[in-house]
Amino acid sequence: MNTRSQVLLWGAQRVSAMVLALCVVIHLVTIIYAVRNGLSAAEILGRTRGNAGWLAFYTVFVAAVAIHAPIGLRGILAESIGWRGRSADIFVLAIAMSLATWGWRAVYAVFV
Amino acid sequence: MGMLHVKVWRGTEQGEFQAFEVPRLESQTVLDVVTYIQRKCDASLAYRFACRVGVCGSCAMSVNGQARWTCRTHVSKVAAEDRLEIAPLRNLPVVRDLVTDMREFFDKWARARGQFQGGKRRTDDFARVAPDSRERQQVDAGIECIGCGVCYSACDVVTWNRDYLGPAALNRAWTLVNDVRDVSRKERLAAVAGDAGCHACHTHMNCTERCPKQISPTAAIAGLKRMALAAAVKGEI
Repeated sequence: MNTRSQVLLWGAQRVSAMVLALCVVIHLVTIIYAVRNGLSAAEILGRTRGNAGWLAFYTVFVAAVAIHAPIGLRGILAESIGWRGRSADIFVLAIAMSLATWGWRAVYAVFV
Repeated sequence: MGMLHVKVWRGTEQGEFQAFEVPRLESQTVLDVVTYIQRKCDASLAYRFACRVGVCGSCAMSVNGQARWTCRTHVSKVAAEDRLEIAPLRNLPVVRDLVTDMREFFDKWARARGQFQGGKRRTDDFARVAPDSRERQQVDAGIECIGCGVCYSACDVVTWNRDYLGPAALNRAWTLVNDVRDVSRKERLAAVAGDAGCHACHTHMNCTERCPKQISPTAAIAGLKRMALAAAVKGEI
């Protein structure tokens, strides 16, 4: 990977961290609200189904996770077990794609 | 004033600590202790020093587990219960006893393009740099580095990533990218960016904590990160 790409990855991780900071707070408040008010699964689905706002929010949330976590994992792999280079980059790209696929699948499932 | 109980590393990468008893004196520095051992106890002890007054940066060692400039470190500050453990700097190959091989440390300064590259000729007029300009103040904050290697020894990222340029080389690069007379800013930014450069820093701040000149390489590295990211977004590196 060339230097420019490495720097842009670093930038992407910082930007995704800012998005995550906001998303995690909203997500936690939502969970606490749902639990404290004793919402059933059906009631939660009743609020998410067809709701473009929640769809947009969790789509962005999953994208931020899929960008942020694999870049961090790339650094951890390099520094803790010395796994660097193309093979490590392909591995974390696969992790990113998996996180995005599973995450967006779940978002879609509570929307339709 | 009693005796100091001193353990000194003997050997190379493989070796062991050797114990010495050294008379405790007033205003005694750690370098005084090492010099006493070499002159009075064991002449074969290898260590490095030159100026003895905190200018040359050659006497840095690990003292009770922390990298320090030994000529300006008073025993009273570091010897709890009159005990000292003196070892070579971490993160550098050991030549013998307390002497480390500093080549990789200074080679990384060269890799970070730590040399000033001017664009003027001797017949040109002097460059005029306002002392209160932002760039000049950024340079002032980092220019007093004496190259002692304390920050490099204290840095965990250097331990984990042997290609990492380290705090001193990056601090030097930061002083040069802020030098308005220098003409190789883009090449230097490209040299210090990425996985082996400033973007590998975790902001642990060990370098800033330990720097004997109270420089903050962490701040310099943070500046380089932002500057290199802007250059990468514009496609300049």
